[in-house]
Formats: sequence, structure tokens, C-alpha cells
Amino acid sequence: MATVKGRIVVDTERCKGCQLCAPVCKEGTIAMSKNLNSKGYQFATSINDDCTGCINCALVCPDGAITVYRVKLN
Amino acid sequence: MQDTLTNEEICKPENMVYHRTALLTEAPLSYCPGCGHGTAHRLIMEVIEEMKMQANTIGVAPVGCSVLAYDFMDIDMQQAAHGRAPAVATGIKRLYPDKFVFTYQGDGDLAAIGTCETIHACNRGENITIFFVNNGIYGMTGGQMAPTTLPGMKTATSPFGRDVETMGHPLKITELIANLPGTYFVTRQSVHTPANVRKAKKAIEKAIQYQKLNKGLNFVEIVSNCNSGWKMTPLESNKWMEENMFPFYPLGDIKVPK
Repeated sequence: MATVKGRIVVDTERCKGCQLCAPVCKEGTIAMSKNLNSKGYQFATSINDDCTGCINCALVCPDGAITVYRVKLN
Repeated sequence: MQDTLTNEEICKPENMVYHRTALLTEAPLSYCPGCGHGTAHRLIMEVIEEMKMQANTIGVAPVGCSVLAYDFMDIDMQQAAHGRAPAVATGIKRLYPDKFVFTYQGDGDLAAIGTCETIHACNRGENITIFFVNNGIYGMTGGQMAPTTLPGMKTATSPFGRDVETMGHPLKITELIANLPGTYFVTRQSVHTPANVRKAKKAIEKAIQYQKLNKGLNFVEIVSNCNSGWKMTPLESNKWMEENMFPFYPLGDIKVPK
């Protein structure tokens, strides 16, 4: 079992749906939403709870739309 | 019980490990989806924030896609005429030698119309830092051929691919200025994968620290994609960049201080 648990929070209005974050996520947590933001982009969203808070997605996000949280499990 | 943490329990300020730096303004970036400019902006601002240099930094914005950099970077900025950013930065640095002065330029700005200013600022050894984003094309004006366009690469003005017989060879300006005695630290990075982003951030940190030594000009090239100019999706353009741009513009340090 993973010893850390992460969550991402996507600023859906800032996200431009470029999809760079999805392939760098080793846990396969990120996919594009079926919904659109006000600019018409399909924004990134997390689809499962496997996130480890590795911040890879946030590093490659050109628009800085992803905030990452991480907690250690005891 | 540990595995059933709720979103509210995880998403607390004390658990935050990464967030958009406060030195980027709230203005939405004007770049296309997937463009490396946004990542490059963020890295520079992150380093300046970590070094607590917000009040001591003056940036010079170029002409090109990143012309609005002064809207996105929450520091003192000056906009220069096309290609003249190194000349403007020279003046600023000579007036304020204690400030950190940098220019942020694209390849159409730095390697085409601004070649003269770039080479002479490098040759004079001005104590400034140049961040050069190279995507091999004029992105803002609609994807025309730039001096850095690869041989055979299709653009709006070379629809059958760049023919070196008539259109000349691509300009490796970073290698060129690395040969000049006035440059102190010259490196080439990219920002398309997490590992490359981390390396690029380290290079930007070095380029900022070395300016305090007053030993010469520090130059960081960032090879980037232009998915709209290259007519590809962001993911395809990053793959194309790895396959075509990196063999011609190899990543790594070109000139390191002894």
C-alpha cells in the first residue's frame, strides 16, 4: 500500500486542456473532463484516488493550473 | 482508516507541496495550450521567489509571443523594441549594477532581428542574464520560417520544407555566443518533461547566481515546442521536438565556469 496519499486541485478556468499532464502521471490519475470550461477547453481532472502527490503534472503544466497536496500515512 | 482520507483532510494548506508561484499575476497566459513559454515563465518566477529577489529584479520583455511577459511576471519589467532587449538590459544593468537584470526572448527576436545586439552584448560581457526560448519558428505572426528553423522543416514561408541551398542554414546562436570571451555560463535546456523541468530550473538558478559574480553574460536557451506553428497537438509537438530538434540542438551545458 502506498505510504503517501496525494490530491491534485485543477484550476479549471486556467486549464487549457493541452493534455501534457495526463501521460506524465505514473498512476494514471489524470484524464480530460467531458465538461468544458468557459473558454471551451476540456480541463484536466482526476479520475481515481491513486495520486501520490509526485508533482510531475504540476511541473509540466504550462499554465500552472495544478495545485498538489500530499500527506504521509503512518 | 488511513486509506479513507477525504479530500478535505488532504487538501489543507499545510499539505500543499506545489502551487503556482505568487510572482505570476492572475492574468491568464496568452499562449496556446501546451506552449513551453508558460512553463519557462513559471520556472524563472519560482526561482526569483525562492531567492527572494522580487524587489531587486528588472526584466526586459521582447517582441514576439512573449511580448506580454510584463503582464504575467509580477516584477519590474521593461518592454524593448524588436530584438533590442540585450541593449536595453545593458543600459539598465549599468545604471543599477546591484539589480538582477534579465531578458526573456524568443528565437525570432534574439536570433534574427536582434542578432547584432545579442552578439555584441555577449561579446562585451555585460553582466546580464538572457533567457532564450527557441522553438524554430515565428510563432506569433503565424508560423513563418525563422533563422533557427530546421533544414527541411515546413513553415508558412517554406511550405516545401527549408531548402538550405536557397534559404541558408539554421543558426546555432547558442554555440556561437559560447565561443565569445564575454559569456560566463551558457546552457541549453528544455521544459517538456518533469525531469527536464527540474534540470532547467537548476540551470536558471545558476544563471541568476552567476550574475552576482559579475563575470560576464549568462545565457540559458530553452528548446521549446510551437504546436500551433508546427500544426501539431501539444503531445505530438513534444515528440517531434525530441526526434528532430534535440539532435540539432543537443541539450546540456555548453560553457561552464572553470
